Amino acid sequence: MEAFTILAQEADKAAAAASSAGFAYGLAAIGPGIGIGYLVGKSVEAMARQPEAAGMVRTTMFLGIAFTEALALIGFVVFILIGL
Amino acid sequence: MTTSDMSTPELDDNPIEVRISLDMVKRGIYVTPLIIAVAAMPWGGPGALSAAFALGLVFVNFLLAAALVSGAAKISTALVMAATLFGYLIRLGLILVAFLLVRDASWISRPALGATIIVSHIGLLVWELKYVAISLAHAGLKPARP
Repeated sequence: MEAFTILAQEADKAAAAASSAGFAYGLAAIGPGIGIGYLVGKSVEAMARQPEAAGMVRTTMFLGIAFTEALALIGFVVFILIGL
Repeated sequence: MTTSDMSTPELDDNPIEVRISLDMVKRGIYVTPLIIAVAAMPWGGPGALSAAFALGLVFVNFLLAAALVSGAAKISTALVMAATLFGYLIRLGLILVAFLLVRDASWISRPALGATIIVSHIGLLVWELKYVAISLAHAGLKPARP
């Protein structure tokens, strides 16, 4: 009986860790999602205003996207370190 | 002017995103042995293999992002927005799937995997900034010195 109780407690701990990790990953993806949406929206606006600057805007946009995604990757790393 | 007229012929022939990400991957390949060696020091063999796997994920992530943006830019600027946002979700999902596939493997070291993903992603981006020209004259990479 005691063994079952210990097993149930361990299972609860594992489930709590997995749901916390998923929650952290989800939260970490929200901010970069908003950031990328804003960044690309403004870039499209800039390209529409000045088509001749499209190359420069796309360069900046691509690097901005990659830097913003780094935040999501940090969330992902926390997710895999907390445990899945 | 329609949105499809906004892309210039020289951009379509050699997309900027593809040039930048290929350049980052090239630099990443140069430092791959160093990163693997550094990861192997504290985490041993699993650390080295995890670092190699993480570098592969980062390279695929850069190349896929570039392919999606440049492919969408050829069609229309409005599609760039959709491709970028959905591409972001797709790429995060792919990284998750890649991790889930190997999470129980004996050769995986989670700290090495995580550290390599973050350090190589940010490191390659910062390194690439040295070689990027933010000017109307040379969009994309800076021209090589004669």
